[in-house]
Amino acid sequence: MKRLAYLFSIVGICILFLAGCNNKSNSKEVTAVGSTALQPLVEQAAEQYDSKSNGKITVQGGGSGTGLSQVSQGSVSIGNSDIFANHQLGIDAKKLLDHQVAVVGIAPVTNKDVGVTNLSTKQLKAIFTGKITNWKQVGGKSQKIVVINRVKGSGTRTTFENAILGNQSSVNTQEQDSNGTVKKILSKTPGSISYLSFSFLDKTLQPLSIDNIYPNNKNVTNNKWKIWSYEHMYTQTNPSKEAKEFIKYLQSKKIQSTLVKKLGYISIHDMKVIKNSDNTVIKK
Amino acid sequence: MKNSLKEKFLSPSKQTYQESFGKIISSFCILIIIALVVSILGFVTTKGIDTFTQSKINVFDFLFGNVWSPSSTGANGKPEVGAAPMIVTSFTVTLISAAIATPFAIACAIFMTFIANNRGSRLLRSTIELLVGIPSVIYGYIGLTLVVPLVRSIYGGTGFGILAGAIVLFVMILPTVTSLTVDSIKSVPDYYIKASYGLGATRWQTIYKVVLKISLPGILTAVIFGMTRAFGEALAVQMVIGNSITMPTNLTTPASTLTSQLTTGIGNTIMGTLQNNALWSLALVLLFMSLFFNILIKIIGKRGAAKYES
Repeated sequence: MKRLAYLFSIVGICILFLAGCNNKSNSKEVTAVGSTALQPLVEQAAEQYDSKSNGKITVQGGGSGTGLSQVSQGSVSIGNSDIFANHQLGIDAKKLLDHQVAVVGIAPVTNKDVGVTNLSTKQLKAIFTGKITNWKQVGGKSQKIVVINRVKGSGTRTTFENAILGNQSSVNTQEQDSNGTVKKILSKTPGSISYLSFSFLDKTLQPLSIDNIYPNNKNVTNNKWKIWSYEHMYTQTNPSKEAKEFIKYLQSKKIQSTLVKKLGYISIHDMKVIKNSDNTVIKK
Repeated sequence: MKNSLKEKFLSPSKQTYQESFGKIISSFCILIIIALVVSILGFVTTKGIDTFTQSKINVFDFLFGNVWSPSSTGANGKPEVGAAPMIVTSFTVTLISAAIATPFAIACAIFMTFIANNRGSRLLRSTIELLVGIPSVIYGYIGLTLVVPLVRSIYGGTGFGILAGAIVLFVMILPTVTSLTVDSIKSVPDYYIKASYGLGATRWQTIYKVVLKISLPGILTAVIFGMTRAFGEALAVQMVIGNSITMPTNLTTPASTLTSQLTTGIGNTIMGTLQNNALWSLALVLLFMSLFFNILIKIIGKRGAAKYES
């Protein structure tokens, strides 16, 4: 009995202690939450950053929506997002500060055996809105087109639809919640088409060129390839010193020319154009 | 001397303190658990009701509507949050997986209790218990790499859909249903079985006419427990069902269950918006369904007990 009492009191004290700990150190710690597409970059950068400074960076996933809502509520210091904050319903973008840390190109991708390597923007739009349903109609094999979408609200999907579909909405079809799953399905399912960020492209898949422009980093930097987006790290309008420094570290030449490229993103320093939050593109 | 003895008997002993100490600790724990359950129920309910009170969505439109698209407005000028496709899919997947699992579970249970020798029954038991310990993400991954391509090669299409989901769930709920069925069969009084043998019945006749009949309420409870698990399983189903919010017309086209919609949607919506509240309403439906399953189990249990008690 006595032992049990000891155990209880120890557990109680521990809980109190941990709760207290968390409260005290919150101002020094930087927590970055959100986009799973940006997560690997931030995680690896945080590892290198941690070893150099005393600050502690915690990185979590959860999705762009989670990141934006957490940062605007002030519960985390950085919200990672694939999309501009004003594209997310329910977020007051004026309350947030946008820091762009990388660029991601997105390409339409098909299963290897559909027999098509190039589509016009119009054809691509017709496929994703369900007007073209067989690969034969765009010069491929006679095979039914299987459209695979990411879930609504995913940054990749929002970017793709903004660039290709305009105001029209996509055909109601199956939705997957990660780039990895989409890639796996595309490589195995005959007639399937979807879209992936550049870092996921490899020999098991067939990326499509649009109007004979190839999806590569160079075409993104001069905006010949239209489907790309920034990776954002949002903070509140008065970010903590620690958060500001970490973001600056991510934007530094060193990280942009090593880690960013290694992980398949495009450096913000290479971009020759600027995209605004209303999707207009101007020359730098 | 006399006085101190009197004092000793009248004052509370060490054991009395232990008693009250234990009482305090256990009631404290129980209070915490009750508070936890009440706050979860309260939270899901208040969040789930927001869809109907704040955004003025009709409950019937929600339960029977066919179109789920909370971010765009429909013909009547209101956002479209028809959850019927997901509710139907959830039920279909659950019923099919339970229908496949039940005969296997009963066969396993009979084998374990009547047919196998001690070693065989232990072996089967530990195999089935092993299935419980496998995390659901692994079931999902196996489903994605084995079941989906198998369904695709047999029935065409993408392979994603209710059938793939039901097959994965069947394996997941099998251990639950089996072990509860075993318990139910073991609780059949020995004298019924002896009496049956005594009347000259064969083993099969005894199993079929006596044991299964008496343990029927228990088996039904086991099946409903399995269904509760299948209804609530999210991750594994989400990986193999395809997540397309359309009314299912066919077992091999992509569909979406309540849970798979919740897991894929919750990270991409903002607290307080209709898109988010609509997901909480789905969670509320799930909560009501598990409540319904629980009540069903209670009723069946009571009836079964009443029938064979006397």
